[in-house]
Amino acid sequence: MLSRIVTSALFAGFAAGLIAALLQLAFVQPHLLHAEMFESGELVHSVTAGSSAHGPAYQFDAMRDGLSILFSALIYTGYALMMIAAMAFADERGHVLTPRVGIIWGLAGFIAVHFAPAIGLPPELPGSSAADVGARQIWWFATVGATALALWLIAFGRSMMAWGIAVILLAAPHIVGAPHPDKFHGGVPPELGGLFAGNALGVGMAAWVVLGLLAAHFWNSEA
Amino acid sequence: MNTHVKTRVNTSTAQIVFAALIGLTVMIVAGHLQAATLHDAAHDTRHATGFPCH
Repeated sequence: MLSRIVTSALFAGFAAGLIAALLQLAFVQPHLLHAEMFESGELVHSVTAGSSAHGPAYQFDAMRDGLSILFSALIYTGYALMMIAAMAFADERGHVLTPRVGIIWGLAGFIAVHFAPAIGLPPELPGSSAADVGARQIWWFATVGATALALWLIAFGRSMMAWGIAVILLAAPHIVGAPHPDKFHGGVPPELGGLFAGNALGVGMAAWVVLGLLAAHFWNSEA
Repeated sequence: MNTHVKTRVNTSTAQIVFAALIGLTVMIVAGHLQAATLHDAAHDTRHATGFPCH
């Protein structure tokens, strides 16, 4: 059982992490590099005069982008281990895992790990104002845990009670609210922040769909 | 459920929990620990993944 989970997770997680990294470099990194020019003071945003909507031309940086690819592969392998462990738990209880079902698992994973926390803490550009990192991490982990449990209850719950608890778990983190700073100091144009968050979420969704599909594929081929 | 089946189920549940914990550890180390070297190396990925970063 353990070797089947670990083997499936290594293949699916590494492949999804690689795809996530390539999409990140193509769609997210240009906005991040542009924002860093405002963070460093190289560019200054003026509300009246405006500032260039075009960032620096992207060039592959072997060290920096290589590390991004490595860490993306690591993070998605971590996700894969957790998701395939949950898939194995469901599989043992008679819930057949086809690649089509795997895509739904991937979408659920995306909602739990990216979308739900992004409601309170949208993917932040370098140079954004934010509350204390420890407080944000607590809220992030609590939100991811509550959302994942809620989605499990919606998928596998057999009673109205389970669904009721799921709704409470989905809503609770947002009723409590994410930690935010007392003041906003960001010198980065808000348009850039919106583009960054939108692209980051899109890349996350694509990568998670691939992760779910591949996780189901490798889980079945390792049987 | 006889003892043999119960033991088998318990063993597989323990392995499932163990795999999930390895995954959680990898995710925390790569994505959330604030140690400077890790933070710098994983910086862009952490931002792009929406993790709270610095």
